[in-house]
Amino acid sequence: MPLTPNDVARLADLARIELSDEELAGLTGQLDLILESVQVVASSVPPETTPTSHALSLTNVFRPDEVRPSLPVEDVLAMAPAVEDDRFRVPRILEEAA
Amino acid sequence: MSEPIFASAADLARDLAAGTLSSEEATRACLERIESSDGDVHAFLHVRADEALSDARAIDQRRASGEALGPLAGVPIAVKDAFCTTGSPTTCGSRMLEGWVPPYDATVVRRLKEAGLVILGKTNMDEFAMGSSTENSAFGPTRNPWDLTRIPGGSGGGSAACLAAFEAPLAVGSDTGGSIRQPASVTGTVGVKPTYGGVSRYGLVAMASSLDQPGPCARTVLDAALLHAVMAGHDPSDSTSIDAPVPDVVAAARAGDVAGMRIGVVTELSGEGYAPGVEQRFQEAVAALAAAGAEIVEVSCPHFSLALPAYYLIMPSEVSSNLARFDAMRYGLRVGDDGSHSAEQVMRLSRGAGFGAEVKRRVILGTYALSSGYYDAYYGSAQKARTLIIEDFDRAFATVDVLVSPSTPTTAFPLGERTNDPMAMYQADLCTIPSNMAGNSSASFPAGLAPEDGLPVGFQVMAPPLCDDRLYRVGAALERVLTERWGAPLLDALAGRDRLSEGGRA
Repeated sequence: MPLTPNDVARLADLARIELSDEELAGLTGQLDLILESVQVVASSVPPETTPTSHALSLTNVFRPDEVRPSLPVEDVLAMAPAVEDDRFRVPRILEEAA
Repeated sequence: MSEPIFASAADLARDLAAGTLSSEEATRACLERIESSDGDVHAFLHVRADEALSDARAIDQRRASGEALGPLAGVPIAVKDAFCTTGSPTTCGSRMLEGWVPPYDATVVRRLKEAGLVILGKTNMDEFAMGSSTENSAFGPTRNPWDLTRIPGGSGGGSAACLAAFEAPLAVGSDTGGSIRQPASVTGTVGVKPTYGGVSRYGLVAMASSLDQPGPCARTVLDAALLHAVMAGHDPSDSTSIDAPVPDVVAAARAGDVAGMRIGVVTELSGEGYAPGVEQRFQEAVAALAAAGAEIVEVSCPHFSLALPAYYLIMPSEVSSNLARFDAMRYGLRVGDDGSHSAEQVMRLSRGAGFGAEVKRRVILGTYALSSGYYDAYYGSAQKARTLIIEDFDRAFATVDVLVSPSTPTTAFPLGERTNDPMAMYQADLCTIPSNMAGNSSASFPAGLAPEDGLPVGFQVMAPPLCDDRLYRVGAALERVLTERWGAPLLDALAGRDRLSEGGRA
């Protein structure tokens, strides 16, 4: 089932990306082509195959819980888009009417 | 050739140790070359000229005071702009990170500094390492020094092109689906993707965490091995770093002995879609290794055909998750923060303005593949395909020591040719992706120039996990035989003519 521009708009919404109408139209066709070409994966993999999430067999790694110096506040804030009182300043989280 | 810019890193290191060359001289030579040729090539996004000269003088002083230094101390190097560097911008080729100076060094960068290498600057790349041509860089493409109208490969086109342009003797890259090997292939240079977990990812801006792997780029096999030895080894800051000794890659590169080795030619990585000159040079390289004493067998890896489509499910899924961090709150671009927009609206506007077309495409594709109701069909089945690819490798490595194939199906294509055709662009990584999916080590070595267009062809070697030394053994054998045949290293053809200043093909 081909994607519609509405589907792509919903995905862009989930991904928090503002798209122009032109971008939506272009992406819809391109994503359809890509999805068509990856269908072969689902259709040719035996369902009983064990999935691999990671090429290495990993075990959880722990380290001793030691206090270590963190980055200086001024270094971390140096590249922040906006700073207020030694903190990151962010736009309002709640809607005005709330 | 005695000029420092044409010398190998190993030769520079020898002259530095002997005191016949200073690091300041070597560094200055590279900076002058960058000044004269990078206007055409555009391999660098940032050159730290003053800092590099100051670092070089410091190394010269330490050497003069009798301090014991590492084997590559004083040798200049370029670093892909995906690695965090304190004091220098790290943009990942994206408007999102334009001007961002990280508060810490990547482990790889820290190791370069500790080993006394002199960082010249940061190299151009496809935005967030997504692409095969560097045309997705927000700051303009890099051009191939062999032909300035052609792509230098990607995503690490800058790291490969700066080597071929003799702007740096060494470079650092990262490889998620071929971003070290495919640029190496199309620029006639050496590029190695170590075993996943062999080199720390700490401070490498993440694209697809289960696939990303930093590695060395160089003009010779020994140089790549010397850099590999500096970069590799366990790092507690990377939870997927392997806590095991690094294979002796330098000894393997010096030995270059393939007598008695069993080399498997992958049946599925040839035929339709492969340029005739690529197949010809590949076959000649296989014959050269046979003449050097290797036993050649043909090996079938039937599930490699699933690697590319499965990659385009797994990679975008991880991309959509990893790039969620670019939320305009703590660093990076912020758009629309004028009091009238909420944090979520600012996030949308910033990501809409800061990400380029390919990044948006992959984030949205990944969002789709991971979304409720599609997860099993897409991401789930891709993970199963990954198992089948690993089993293909396991079966093959039970009977052969290494596998070989062309590194990429064609030589460098013209700039602009595939920018509006994502599927064609993705084909460039057809041969390299299986090793990312399976995590084994893999490398591209120069195999000559394709007769039809005179452009470099790459020879890919794939070895089992933690057997990275075999790549160097085969690469060095091939390099020795082919250099004897050509009468000089492949890149000498470029060093001998100054087509860079002519702005086009000779």
